Amino acid sequence: MSAITRDEVAHLARLSRLALADEELDHFAAQLDVIIGAVARVAEVAADDIPPSSHALPLTNVYRPDEVRPGLAPEQALAAAPAVEDDRFRVPRILGEEA
Amino acid sequence: MSLVHTSAAELGALIASGEVSAVEVAQAHLARISAVEPQVNAFLHVDAEATLAQARAVDARRAAGEALGPLAGVPIAHKDVFTTTDMPTTAGSKILEGYRPPYDATVTRRLREAGLVILGKTNLDEFAMGSSTENSAYGPTRNPWDLTRIPGGSSGGSSAAVAAYEAPLSTGTDTGGSIRQPAAVTGIVGMKPTYGGSSRYGLIAFASSLDTPGPFARNVLDAALLHEAFSGHDPMDSTSVDAPVPSVVEAARHGDVAGLRVGVVKEFGGDGYQPGVLARFHESVELLESLGAKVVEVSCPSFSTALPAYYLIAPSEASSNLARFDAMRYGLRVGDDGTRSAEEVMALTRAAGFGPEVKRRIILGTYALSSGYYDAYYGQAQKVRTLIARDFEAAFHQVDVLVSPTTPTTAFPIGERADDPMAMYLADLCTIPTNLAGNAAISVPCGLADEDGLPVGLQIMAPVLGDDRCYRVAAAVEKALEQRWGGSLLSKAPAL
Repeated sequence: MSAITRDEVAHLARLSRLALADEELDHFAAQLDVIIGAVARVAEVAADDIPPSSHALPLTNVYRPDEVRPGLAPEQALAAAPAVEDDRFRVPRILGEEA
Repeated sequence: MSLVHTSAAELGALIASGEVSAVEVAQAHLARISAVEPQVNAFLHVDAEATLAQARAVDARRAAGEALGPLAGVPIAHKDVFTTTDMPTTAGSKILEGYRPPYDATVTRRLREAGLVILGKTNLDEFAMGSSTENSAYGPTRNPWDLTRIPGGSSGGSSAAVAAYEAPLSTGTDTGGSIRQPAAVTGIVGMKPTYGGSSRYGLIAFASSLDTPGPFARNVLDAALLHEAFSGHDPMDSTSVDAPVPSVVEAARHGDVAGLRVGVVKEFGGDGYQPGVLARFHESVELLESLGAKVVEVSCPSFSTALPAYYLIAPSEASSNLARFDAMRYGLRVGDDGTRSAEEVMALTRAAGFGPEVKRRIILGTYALSSGYYDAYYGQAQKVRTLIARDFEAAFHQVDVLVSPTTPTTAFPIGERADDPMAMYLADLCTIPTNLAGNAAISVPCGLADEDGLPVGLQIMAPVLGDDRCYRVAAAVEKALEQRWGGSLLSKAPAL
């Protein structure tokens, strides 16, 4: 039995905002099946009572004083933008036609 | 000895004494880069004029009587995953082609403050995902020992640049072995500091709970000098450790293992390991014993599931981190013809801008984090992570350092594993546990494998904030082996 189907990979690609070509989907589905089969080995470890670690070191959240500091000038922030209009990022439409 | 064959420490001293200028040192390295880059392809960006301007500035600061650090005027190659305002920053990806960041990474800033002269930006696996540098969108880097082989990865441009004498020092980042493995397969020194010991601010994120900047050099002392130059607490990185940098330079100057307890990790070795790698490793263990170390075997049973846990945790974090490449504020934008929605443009851009390994990992991470699979995959991997940290903790009650081969094999041929992701992932088998637990580890050259005459690395692992121990042991090994060899391992590499 395969660990992951082509349809599942297609669904994950949509969730990940990756417009994959059909050949890419075929290729990745086969490879991901092998990879997921291998990483599923973590399930063999008896770890019911073990607390999870999200992080290597026991750090707690760090806050800085809430002080105003200089930030980027508009031209710096926009310098690498794909499209700019009136000192703002110009983006494709983000709402559906009905909006 | 030519300037390009001189160590960073010696170059710093020569420049400080006025025997040579920073400009002369930069010129020598730029000439070397011009000569060997067509073969090696270590750099994505070199700007000779900008390099010389930095060198002139160091000479001027010195002439003005400014007190400068030990590496002032020494050239360095900088991994192209750290932001630089005056050079492009691509992370080896088409999605960031030509990108000029608006701020410097903390590591970049500290290199500048220390007076290091940045020669250029080095090649890497796209977004630091890989073990061969073949995943770069800008073509592979070649191993100076054998141009048909990989220089390791992801920091393969940085390892190759140092091994090919294009720079005495370089920066890398290590998420699963991306400094230690390239160092091992190119016959140089590479160090993964304790997580949080070096700043991630301005480091383009791959897996934030694992990413660690670190140094490459041709010898242990040079690596320690660079380590010290860019490490230390950074308020701009919320996971930065607020503790003094371990005294790594002092340790590198005083290599000594007398009375040291050394643990050999039982789980690393056997099937899948190249005989020549194991032979050099066992000799290194005997060497440590002959130098007065007490060697014992240590079992770390959870290390055998480190690789699967890593390939759930790292892609999960990557799938989240790389969501920022959305074609809106910077980087590539594809298909914005006025008819498509932002979401369609985003999906087209990401499909065109990311390479296959990045796409695989984004999909894998999205899968591991999706509801229904989260507990079985990501959640379970996090528990394994706890067990690995406990194995280290128990081991470091018994011994001062742990040792293993850095990689199971020497440098493999370019193309051999390019379309077999699982085979590629095995290159990081011995290095991954350290990333999951956050402790320190170094790779130091320990000889050439008999089968192929290629370099083998010895990995030395120390507890969290025990970075100095890595350098102390590595320096002792280096000194003893160089006496035996009559020079550095790298001096045995064929001339380019």
